[in-house]
Amino acid sequence: MKILTNWLRAYLPPLPVDDAQLAEDLTLRGIAVEGIYDLGTGNGSLYEMDITTNRVDAMNHYGIAREAAAIYGVALLPLNTELPKHSPSAKDFSVKIEAEDACGRFTARVLRNITIGDSRDWFPGAEVDTYFKLLEQKKISNAVDATNFAWLAMGQPTHAFDLDKIEGGIIVRRARKGEKLKTLDGIERTLDPEDLVVADHAKPLALAGVMGGWDTMITPDTKNVLVEAAWFEPMAVRRTARRHGLHTDASHRFERGADFAAAPVASAIVSGILLANGGFIEGDLVDVRVPAMEARTAARKPVALALSEVRRILGTTIDKDGITAATVENVLTALGCSLAAQGAHDAAWQVTLPSWRLDIEREIDLIEEVARVYGYNRFANTLPAFGGGVTALPWAQAESAVRDTLRAAGFHEAIASTFCSAAEAALTAPQPGQSVPLGNPLSEEAGMLRPSLVPGMLSMIAGNLHRDVSDVRLFELGTVFSGTTEKVDERPALAFGAVGSLPQQSPLHPARLIEFHDLKGVVEQLLARFQTRAVYFDRFPPEAGLMPAWLHPYRAARVTAEGATVGWFGQLHPAEAAARKLKDPVLVGELYVDRLYKLPLRKPAAREISRFQPVRRDFSLILDESLTWEVIDQTLAALQIPELVEWRVREVFRDKRIGARDYSLLLGVTFQASDRTLREEELQSFHAQVVAAVGKTGARLRT
Amino acid sequence: MTNEPIPNLVAFDEAALDQAFAALERQARDGASALSSPEAVEAFRLQWLGRKQGLLKDVSDRWLKAASPAAKKPVGERFKVLKALVETLLDAALGAGPSDAALAAEAIDITLPGTRRLTGAEHPITRTLNEIVSVFAALGYSIGVGPEVETDFYNFECMNFPPGHPARDTQDTLVVAGQERRAQRDRLLLRTHTSPVQMRTMEQQPPPVRIVIPGKVHRNDAQDATHSPIFHQVEGLCVDTNITFSDLKGTLDHAMKALFGSSVKTRFFPSFFPFTEPSADVQISCIFCGGKGCRKCKHSGWIELLGCGMVDPAVFAFAAEKQPAYDPKKISGFAFGMGVERIAMMKYGISEIGQFYAGDMRFLSQFA
Repeated sequence: MKILTNWLRAYLPPLPVDDAQLAEDLTLRGIAVEGIYDLGTGNGSLYEMDITTNRVDAMNHYGIAREAAAIYGVALLPLNTELPKHSPSAKDFSVKIEAEDACGRFTARVLRNITIGDSRDWFPGAEVDTYFKLLEQKKISNAVDATNFAWLAMGQPTHAFDLDKIEGGIIVRRARKGEKLKTLDGIERTLDPEDLVVADHAKPLALAGVMGGWDTMITPDTKNVLVEAAWFEPMAVRRTARRHGLHTDASHRFERGADFAAAPVASAIVSGILLANGGFIEGDLVDVRVPAMEARTAARKPVALALSEVRRILGTTIDKDGITAATVENVLTALGCSLAAQGAHDAAWQVTLPSWRLDIEREIDLIEEVARVYGYNRFANTLPAFGGGVTALPWAQAESAVRDTLRAAGFHEAIASTFCSAAEAALTAPQPGQSVPLGNPLSEEAGMLRPSLVPGMLSMIAGNLHRDVSDVRLFELGTVFSGTTEKVDERPALAFGAVGSLPQQSPLHPARLIEFHDLKGVVEQLLARFQTRAVYFDRFPPEAGLMPAWLHPYRAARVTAEGATVGWFGQLHPAEAAARKLKDPVLVGELYVDRLYKLPLRKPAAREISRFQPVRRDFSLILDESLTWEVIDQTLAALQIPELVEWRVREVFRDKRIGARDYSLLLGVTFQASDRTLREEELQSFHAQVVAAVGKTGARLRT
Repeated sequence: MTNEPIPNLVAFDEAALDQAFAALERQARDGASALSSPEAVEAFRLQWLGRKQGLLKDVSDRWLKAASPAAKKPVGERFKVLKALVETLLDAALGAGPSDAALAAEAIDITLPGTRRLTGAEHPITRTLNEIVSVFAALGYSIGVGPEVETDFYNFECMNFPPGHPARDTQDTLVVAGQERRAQRDRLLLRTHTSPVQMRTMEQQPPPVRIVIPGKVHRNDAQDATHSPIFHQVEGLCVDTNITFSDLKGTLDHAMKALFGSSVKTRFFPSFFPFTEPSADVQISCIFCGGKGCRKCKHSGWIELLGCGMVDPAVFAFAAEKQPAYDPKKISGFAFGMGVERIAMMKYGISEIGQFYAGDMRFLSQFA
C-alpha cells in the first residue's frame, strides 16, 4: 500500500519529525513502512507500507494519521464533511435492507444536475493527476475518482450509481437463483442465491461490497447520481467475492471489517467533490441501519480493563515508572477509545471502543494497544524462573545413533521432497493402494504424499549423476505417509542410497564399484547399535510377490530384526535404473526406523579378553551354487563349541575349473579358550567336528 | 655361509699388525654399512661371531695362538678392539634396523593426495535445528513434535484462525484430497506451521510448559530463491504463572545472542498473528555488518528473524477444554517461531533455498 506523507500530514498539526523519523516511529508501532521515496523539496515522500491484515483501519491516509497523532500526542484534525444545504424532496429515496444478516447499514444520497467530467483539483496544494499517478490509481471521471479519493483518504468504499437507471428504490438482498448481473469489469455473471446484491425493484445493480454493475455505471451522460456508502458484513462479502473470483479494494476492506460509522462521512466527501462541478442535493441522507449490526460494531459494550492485568501480561519496563494509569489513558484515548473509571476500583476502566477498530474486542486487545503505542522496545529483557525438568523425546538417542552410524559410514544426510508422483507412489508404497493424494498439489509430479523415501532418494541420486557427480552416498531420515484421505498414518523412515566407487578417489589403490555387500555392511553396523539377538537378511523368489518392485529380484534382501521386517535394500531394479538413465548399479534401501526405535540401544559391556593364544585354521571348501554361506554359518553356530570363537569367509572364488555349478569358499575359524592354552588333541577334535558338520551340508573339503 | 679364510700373519711387528687389523676393521665396517634386513644382520653376526666359523674365531685361532709370547700382547689388544668394534656395529645394526640405502629404496611420493574416506555430513538444516534446540534446552525447554498432516482444527481453528478468517489467506495451504465433505475442523491438510504442536502439548500436559518444537512444514508456495513449499520451523512455547512480555523479550534476546554471538542486539516490532497477542516481529542487528548497514541487511542494519507474542487467551480457552488449568486469568505464556532455512542460509552463506532439498553431494560435502 502506498501513502503520501503530504496527504497524511494534512490531517495533523505540524509534527516535530521529518518523514524518515515518522516512518521509523510508525514502523516501531506496527504500522510498517517498508520503503521511503523522496518526492523532492516540498512534495514530501511516498511510503511503501505493509499493514497487517488485522489493521484494516490503518490502510488509508486518515487511519495512519490517527496512529501518528497517538504516537506524538497531538490532536487529529477532523475530516471535512461540510456540504451545501440540500433542497427538499417530495419523498425520501426508498432503501430497504432485506438481508439484515449481511448488510448493517446503507446510506443513499441523491445528487441532481451533476456534470460528469474530468476531476478538478479538489485537494489543497495538490493535483489529482499527481496524487493518483503516485498512488497508481487510474483517473476515470470526477464521480469515480471521488469514490476512490474517499477510499484512499479514509478507507470507506463508496459507489456512485446513475440514478436514472435505477427503477424504484434500493433493496439489499440475496440474489435469486439464476439472476444475472454484468459487473463493471464487463463480465456477465450468473448469481448464486448466497450472493449479496444491491438491487432496485427490478434487478440486481451491484455485487454488494465487491463490484458495481455495468448498467448503472456513471457515464458522461449521467445527470443524476445516487451515492452509496454502506456497511456489509465481512463473511458475506468474503463469500461473494470468493465465489466470483474477485478481490477488489472494496471487498478487501469489507472482508476485514469496515467502520460502521464511516458511511455518512464518506458519502459527504464524495458528494462534496461532485457538487464542486455544480448540481444539488435532493432530500436528506437516507440512512438505514440494522440495530443488531450496530450493536456488534459502532455501539459495542464497553470492555473492562485493569492496570494490574496490563502489568501482569506486559511485565517490566526500562522506564522507572513503567506503565501507569496515565499511560493507559493517554494511549487509548488517542486511539479513539473513551475511558470511564470503573466503580470503586483503582486504575480500572470501562473502555468504549472506536467503531473503526473491530479488531479490538477484549481486554487483551487493549493491552496490546498500550504495549504497541508505548513501544515494545521500552520493555525490559527479563528471564522467567523455571523449576521443571527437561525431557528428551523417547527416540532421540536411537535417532542420533542412526544418524551417527550413517555419517561414520560416509553418507551425507539429505532432505528430499515430501511429495512424489502417483507412479512413484505405486512403485514404492509398502502397502499397495495406501497412498494419499493431495487435493491441490504443486504439480502432477508432486501429487502424492510420499509412501516411501525411495522416490526422493532416487531422484537425488539421479540429480547427482546427471550433474556428473559420480560418487553418491546419501541418507534421509524423514516421514512417510500411508492410509486413506480419511485417516493418514505417518511414520519415520530411513532411506539410503549409494553409487560409485570405493575408495572414492585414490591414485594408488584400485577402485571398484560399490556393491550389495557394502550396503549390507552398513545395515549390519546400523542394526548392531540396537540390542538385537535375531537379525536376518532374507531373499524371496520373485514369484512370491514379496520383493518390492523397485529392487533387483536377485540382488536385494529383506531385513528382519526380532522377527519384524525392518526394511529392504539392494540393487535398484535394472528397469528402474534404465528409466532414470542410470548406468552404474545403484544401491538403495529403506528401513522402517519406527520398528528399530522400539528396540533398546545396545549397551556396551566389557568382556574379559583371553590371555591365551588363539589358533586359526583355514578350510578350503567346494560348494554347490545353491549352498549359501548362511547354511555354513548356521551349521557352525549349531556346533556350540565355546572355544570356536570366530568363523568367517575369507574368500569366495569361482572358476570353471572347480566345476560348472560349484564355487570355492575359504573358511577361516579361530579357536580360543578363556582359561587355558588349547591342547593339540582338543584342536584336532574341534577340527574334526567342523569338517564333519560342514560335510553334512554337502560342502566338500578341497584336497 | 663360509668365510674366506683370513691370511696367515707373516710378521708380528707393530706396523704389520696395524695393517692386518685395519683391513679387518674396514671389512667389518663395510659389511655393517650394507646391512639392509634382519637376515643380513644375522648373517653378519655369524660371519664375525659364529662359534665355529666366525672370522673372530679364525683370528683368535690363527693369529693369537700363532703369536710368539712376546707378540701375544699386541695381537691380543688389537683383537679386543676389533671384537668390541664388531659387537658395536652389530648392536647398531640390530637397533637401527635397515640401512639408509635400504630405506631409500622404499621411498614413496608423499605429495600424492591422501586416500580419503568420505565423512558423512550433517544436513545444514539438522545442524541448525540442533543448534537452536540446544540453546532452548539449556533454558529448560523440552522437545515436542507433532504430525505433518494435521487437521484444520489443530492447524487453524484452535490457533484462533476461525473458519473464513482472512488471516488464513496468508498461509497458502496444501490439502489432502477428498476433504470437501468432511466437517471443516476434521479436514486434513499439511501443517503450515509448527504451532499446532503448542495445542497438542497443552492438551497433554498442564502448566508449567516449556517446549521447543522443531519440524517440517509445507505451504502452497511457488519455489524461488528464498521460498520453498517445504521448509522447517522451530516453535517455542512457555506457559506458567506470571510469564510476561518482558520475559519473552529477555528469552529471545538471550537466545539470539547464544545463536549469533553476544554482540547481537534485538528489537521488537508490533506484528499480527492470530494466536498471540500482543504479537511481535523480532529483528537482530545485522550479523554481517554489525548494524552499520550492508547489502545483506538492505542497508538497514537489521535482519528480521522471527515472530512471537503472548499466547492469545482464545488459544488458552481451547486448551482449557481438556486441561482446565489453562485459565487465562491465572496463567500466561509466550510463543515464538522461526524459519530454520532462513537462519541456516544466513549462517552458512547459502543463496538458494532449493539447495537444501536437492541432495547435491557437492553442496552437502561442505558441511562434513
